[in-house]
Amino acid sequence: MSTWTETAGFEAPPDGDAFLSVRDLRVRFSTEDGTVHAVDGISFDLARGRTLGIVGESGSGKSVTGLSVLGLHDPRTTEVTGRVLLDGQEVIGAREKTLERLRGDTVAMVFQDSLTALSPYHTVGEQIAEPYRKHKGASRREARRRAIEMLDRVGIPNPRLRVDDHPHQFSGGMRQRAMIAMALVCDPDLLIADEPTTALDVTVQAQILDLLKDLQQEFGSAIVLITHDLGVVAETADDVLVMYAGRVVERGPAAEVLRSPRHPYTRGLLGSVPRLDGDVEEDLVPIPGFPPNLLDPPTGCAFHPRCAFVGEVGGTRCVDERPTPPAGRGAACHLTADRRRVLFAEQTDEQAAEQAAEQTEPRPR
Amino acid sequence: MTVETGAGPRPAASREGGEPLLTAEGLTKHFPIKGGFLFGRRVGTVRAVDGIDLTVHEGESLGLVGESGCGKSTTGRLLARLLEPSGGRITYRGRDITHASRTQLAPIRTEIQMIFQDPYSSLNPRQTVGTIIGGPMEINGIDPPGGRERRVRELLETVGLGAEHYNRFPHEFSGGQRQRIGIARALALDPKLIVADEPVSALDVSIQAQVVNLLRRVRREMGIAFVFIAHDLAVVRHFSQRVAVMYLGRIVETGDRDSIYANPRHPYTHALLSAVPRVRPEDGGRTRIRLTGDVPSPVDPPSGCRFRTRCWKAQEVCAEREPPLARLDGNREGHLTACHFPEDGPPGPPRPPGGDGGDGGDGAGRVKRAESD
Repeated sequence: MSTWTETAGFEAPPDGDAFLSVRDLRVRFSTEDGTVHAVDGISFDLARGRTLGIVGESGSGKSVTGLSVLGLHDPRTTEVTGRVLLDGQEVIGAREKTLERLRGDTVAMVFQDSLTALSPYHTVGEQIAEPYRKHKGASRREARRRAIEMLDRVGIPNPRLRVDDHPHQFSGGMRQRAMIAMALVCDPDLLIADEPTTALDVTVQAQILDLLKDLQQEFGSAIVLITHDLGVVAETADDVLVMYAGRVVERGPAAEVLRSPRHPYTRGLLGSVPRLDGDVEEDLVPIPGFPPNLLDPPTGCAFHPRCAFVGEVGGTRCVDERPTPPAGRGAACHLTADRRRVLFAEQTDEQAAEQAAEQTEPRPR
Repeated sequence: MTVETGAGPRPAASREGGEPLLTAEGLTKHFPIKGGFLFGRRVGTVRAVDGIDLTVHEGESLGLVGESGCGKSTTGRLLARLLEPSGGRITYRGRDITHASRTQLAPIRTEIQMIFQDPYSSLNPRQTVGTIIGGPMEINGIDPPGGRERRVRELLETVGLGAEHYNRFPHEFSGGQRQRIGIARALALDPKLIVADEPVSALDVSIQAQVVNLLRRVRREMGIAFVFIAHDLAVVRHFSQRVAVMYLGRIVETGDRDSIYANPRHPYTHALLSAVPRVRPEDGGRTRIRLTGDVPSPVDPPSGCRFRTRCWKAQEVCAEREPPLARLDGNREGHLTACHFPEDGPPGPPRPPGGDGGDGGDGAGRVKRAESD
């Protein structure tokens, strides 16, 4: 049996333009019940000024991937292998001192829940100023001036007054802005945003996504945007990785992946999302079954227990053999391109026919 | 004046069955803010729901949408009479239940059920699935033919779980399965109305679709009316024939699904629809509206129209007079909008370039508008 890495052909040296290179990253947690394979061999590159969307459902390993880039896993309970190169600097296995220098300065993170990510005891201004003083050696006064400037930059009204507020005096949207200000205060080259808008209302979400885009244009940072929302990816990411059970199942330019998905899982996800312009009489097309248990992930292709096309691949390949992860645009699936096109088209027709049949049946009242 | 796009024949289902099941008039809920040292003086009031009218007809689904803090969940709890209104009137099948006591409510409790958002905290972890789903029958002393256990097993199958799950505990199930247990519990008493408060927002996308389909089937096959509370406009569109949009404790626009989604007139409805990120942004060059700022505090809501502080069309009159919720020129019957300067035309694709009329007196650059590719 070949391993992921060998079949991947992804031993290629990091892309010359890449600011962040991840190679065959694996993260395992030891728990009482066994070992959780949270991330199971993923590789990607990201250049400055680009946004990479990592999409997946809970437990797909997308957040764990983000944390690995900052070296934030506890080495006592976590085993991290593979390579994470940040501007040529190896993160995995690096000394805590090195990591501390990188964090906040070269790479910064925006978390989902701003209420728990900000300290309730310190003012917003102090929290924004702290990394600036630490990394840039700025004086207290200078750092405060910088904090006000950043609050203004992220669109907080009256920054001179608000800089002395505590987080609880801010609304949810404002706290998220403050956290973005904190992340960007040292002009990091890479921003990792883990579900940055999930806790926010749609109108505020739109503001924050616009803000991230504007800031990226201004500072040219690279962004890793971790989200479960395909709409958010469509509107902000250049490229996308679709993750399932700790592995990459599909990758490519965001618009292309969302327009013509190649992996049955990606296709299933797209079919599950209710749309503002779809036919309301039609039922949604969910993916059957449940997400996998990562203590005991399915053999072969992790998606095979939920996949409609397992029988279409010769023999028991889907059950026994891991599909090759895509290196460029592509999907980790045993179906050949031609067969996939035919099957996807057939599935669409079948669903349409089923729906039509249901519509004509008299509905019990 | 306005061409009604996508009008077509009126969806017959929406008023079929006709009978109003539940009616709310001038419904109000104010929560006191206690302050001070020792004595808990009342120092302010949260106007969570501030005078709304709603009607739910038999077998139909009414969607309540809005952002956090708009009062949609409080409204749901008031309608299920888990909270007592501070003002207004709630009528259930002709009976005034506004201030009904526990004993007076007892027979109605079996007919109005709730489904909660969080499938983790809404099920007792120490009870088995059988006890949880059978609970409502036990409390109300109902003995279905064939016994309670048989009925529970049937319900488990109805919601797509196995009858053999009867003796399991909630922690053995995933989020989506737990939500199914919550649905089975709500169905146990054959209710006439289910108030579902964000029933799918805690679920993953692929599971969310399963649960939405299940709820649609339940509504269709059992003829149960729903008040469906959600912040996700696409989910509501998929589930509800009628929709009410709430903002700061008031309904700003209500109407049948087509009217709200294809021909919204309130600027807030426009802004909400345009803020939803789309999987295929290239589908039509829709006008983007970006609101600035956050929802004001319901403790001290703005005078006049409550949306005016974020509205790009606001003028003096908006601060002076609250616009009534009324049928506007060109609106269909039942489509009511509370706005002095309503928008015209659909929010979506077919907006001719330059046809951006109707927003004369652009409000001091409070909003960024850009044609998306």
